[in-house]
Amino acid sequence: MKTTTYLPAVTGLALCATGALAETPVLQIMTYDSFVTEWGPGPAVEAAFEEVCACDLQFVGAGDGAALLARLQLEGPRTDADIVLGLDTNLTAAARETGLFAPHGVTADLDLPIAWDDAEFLPFDWGYFAFVAAAGTDSPGSLKALAESDTQIVIQDPRSSTPGLGLLMWVKAAYGDEAPAIWDALADNIVTVTPGWSEAYGMFLEGEADAVLSYTTSPAYHLIAEEDASKTAWGFDEGHYMQVEVAGKVAGTDQPELADQFLAFMVSDAFQSVIPTTNWMYPAVTPEGGLPAGFETLLTPEKALLLSAEDAAAVRDAALDEWRTALSQ
Amino acid sequence: MAHGAVAIAPRWPGAATAALVLLLTLGTLAAVGWRAEWSGGVSPADWAAVRFTVWQAILSALISVVLAIPVARALARRRFVGRGLLITLLGAPFLLPVIVAVLGLLAVFGREGIFNSLLAALGLPPLSIFGLHGVVLAHVFFNLPLAIRFILQGWLSIPAERFRLAASLNAPVGRLLEWPMLRATVPGTFLVIFLICLTSFAVALTMGGGPRATTVELAIYQALRFDFDLGRAALLACIQFGLCVLAALLAWRLAGRDVTGAGLDRVVQRWDTSHAWADYLMIAAAALFLLVPLAMVVARGLPGLAEMPVSIWAAALRSVLVAIGAAVLCVGMALALALRGGVLSSIIGVLPLATSGLVVGTGAFLIVFPFVRPSDLALVVTMLVNATLALPFALRSIAPAAEQISRDYGRLAASLDMRGWGWLRLVVLPRMRRPLGFAAGLAAALSMGDLGVVALFAGEAEETLPLAMYRLMGAYRMEAAASAGLLLLAISLALFWICDRGGRANADL
Repeated sequence: MKTTTYLPAVTGLALCATGALAETPVLQIMTYDSFVTEWGPGPAVEAAFEEVCACDLQFVGAGDGAALLARLQLEGPRTDADIVLGLDTNLTAAARETGLFAPHGVTADLDLPIAWDDAEFLPFDWGYFAFVAAAGTDSPGSLKALAESDTQIVIQDPRSSTPGLGLLMWVKAAYGDEAPAIWDALADNIVTVTPGWSEAYGMFLEGEADAVLSYTTSPAYHLIAEEDASKTAWGFDEGHYMQVEVAGKVAGTDQPELADQFLAFMVSDAFQSVIPTTNWMYPAVTPEGGLPAGFETLLTPEKALLLSAEDAAAVRDAALDEWRTALSQ
Repeated sequence: MAHGAVAIAPRWPGAATAALVLLLTLGTLAAVGWRAEWSGGVSPADWAAVRFTVWQAILSALISVVLAIPVARALARRRFVGRGLLITLLGAPFLLPVIVAVLGLLAVFGREGIFNSLLAALGLPPLSIFGLHGVVLAHVFFNLPLAIRFILQGWLSIPAERFRLAASLNAPVGRLLEWPMLRATVPGTFLVIFLICLTSFAVALTMGGGPRATTVELAIYQALRFDFDLGRAALLACIQFGLCVLAALLAWRLAGRDVTGAGLDRVVQRWDTSHAWADYLMIAAAALFLLVPLAMVVARGLPGLAEMPVSIWAAALRSVLVAIGAAVLCVGMALALALRGGVLSSIIGVLPLATSGLVVGTGAFLIVFPFVRPSDLALVVTMLVNATLALPFALRSIAPAAEQISRDYGRLAASLDMRGWGWLRLVVLPRMRRPLGFAAGLAAALSMGDLGVVALFAGEAEETLPLAMYRLMGAYRMEAAASAGLLLLAISLALFWICDRGGRANADL
């Protein structure tokens, strides 16, 4: 009851405070949830950028990558966000179509295994999808061999999860028209399909499957944060599909200079050095000090697979149908 | 029907409740439909999803109810030490967030689980839990407790005098008292569970083993999140509503009238208490099925307790406050609807069950966004939505009692010209303590575990406990997340227990 009584007074104070702070410009970044948590890159990035920008950096968390795009589409041109951070290449075609993004205008020397040329979306980190298993287990060697083996895996649903969509694209990029045959053969290996990454990874850790679809960098988390070397990522001959996570400037931003400043900051050391051990991905630009100890133990795929944003968007519906048909039998 | 004899209670609270429920269910749906660019319709895959959804929901509800009847009967007939505690604990699965419960179930029925270890020890091949049977098993695990509670309430509503009379006449209790009570209770219970399973998404997908187990709710999720096809989402949500109305009409046709009559609230004494072993066997089996996975949740959560970040406690406090608010609101709404009575109130009362949480959240977002920052309203909207989503359960518990009170005491009250507040305070509330307490506890606990709307609205400062738990999982912190799950379980149960206990402080349940 006390709160109610004092509420007008508190609101008044808060309004005064807002008035006093009105000089400080606010940069609002819409991103996915795990970026802003206390274990994610958010807090360190905020502190580092606020040191140089004389501004107030605010994060708005919105589910995962797909939820992020949906949120932006819901808000439309009226959005308060100045920057959207955390889409991946499977989503950028749809994001571009909204017409809500402006060119980023940053030229940076990116350390991606592939060439990057996108006027609107700038990568901040990347990783390879991989099946993660207990250390000491032998990799089947390829998607095809996995499909022919009796190894039990748990994957995510491409209709509700970005890694799930990544695997769909992986099979499509590696096998093209033969993707349905691979899914047919994989069907009896798949223990279950989960709505999101967390459920799948949790089930794998509980021993429900031999391997889980995750990232080559997942073992680094266990190694560095938990000093536990019991996980490994399996290398596959077809190559590994990549996830490139990008940010874009919202065209209608009321802080265009700050947004530009942030995007330039995003590919600098101060931001990039935070990424490996908070987001557990590879930085888009390797920081001066190199990657943290432990990352050298990770699997480095020989071949990187990635469909362009346009190709990914073009094949998605057909690939989804193939996936659903193969796994529904 | 409550208005059968005389209308004593004012009607406006019922109308206000109906308006709020309609706004949050059909209103949010309309908001989504309004923003939609209508293109394609419903695909064949969507119809396959509808078929699977209905089929698994029928199976889940049927098995839950069929199993619940003997357990409820056993609990109604027997008195033993720890009975109250057991009844509270049996309710726990229903209150758990999906992923916590699923991991608990897997610890028992999964590949490395207790069940398969037993099979292996006996030299038998392991059984896979994933498939339609897994979906049904998980749904029964979630909903059996609810079915037991609803049916048990039915048993306890039979006045002691009836049993005494039946005993003195040596009349068959089963046919004269229990069967009519079941006719009145079971169809509604079946309906509620059917509808819960109808909107299931994560359980069905995870336990179903793949896209065979696609439900309508998953199709809605896909339409909203990945395709941003608001039109298709709205259409699918309409199908869900249609199924809900159909099922509700069917359930009402089948439901018998409650004919137990008035009593003097004496402690029930039973004379038909042979075959105690059968009753205890039922109770033990139910307890084993429901409590072992729960024990696994506790076991999984204990090691990480120290690793839980401090922010968890702030999130937990926020969740408790939202839960209390939602519970008070929900019970008020349920009481208003129950006293208003009538078919319309009944329809309003089940409508929230058929809504897609995601459509409600999206619609509410669309309604709110033009005016205020959604995160400013995150906790208020969460409270309103949680209260509304819990309303069907509250109403199911409160409505029969309200109806009975009107029927049994309405004429007396009317002859004394006792109306409005006096009627509520002197007759209704004291006689409804038990269902009111149960409903408040259920609403509070359900609100604790709900992740639906808040995920779409909340910023950093509005994080609730389930959201914090999911964020921990997303950051690889599975141990800390398991502990957060344990905390959630403990708080939910405590809230439920306090309310429920308060409701039966002087009762014999």
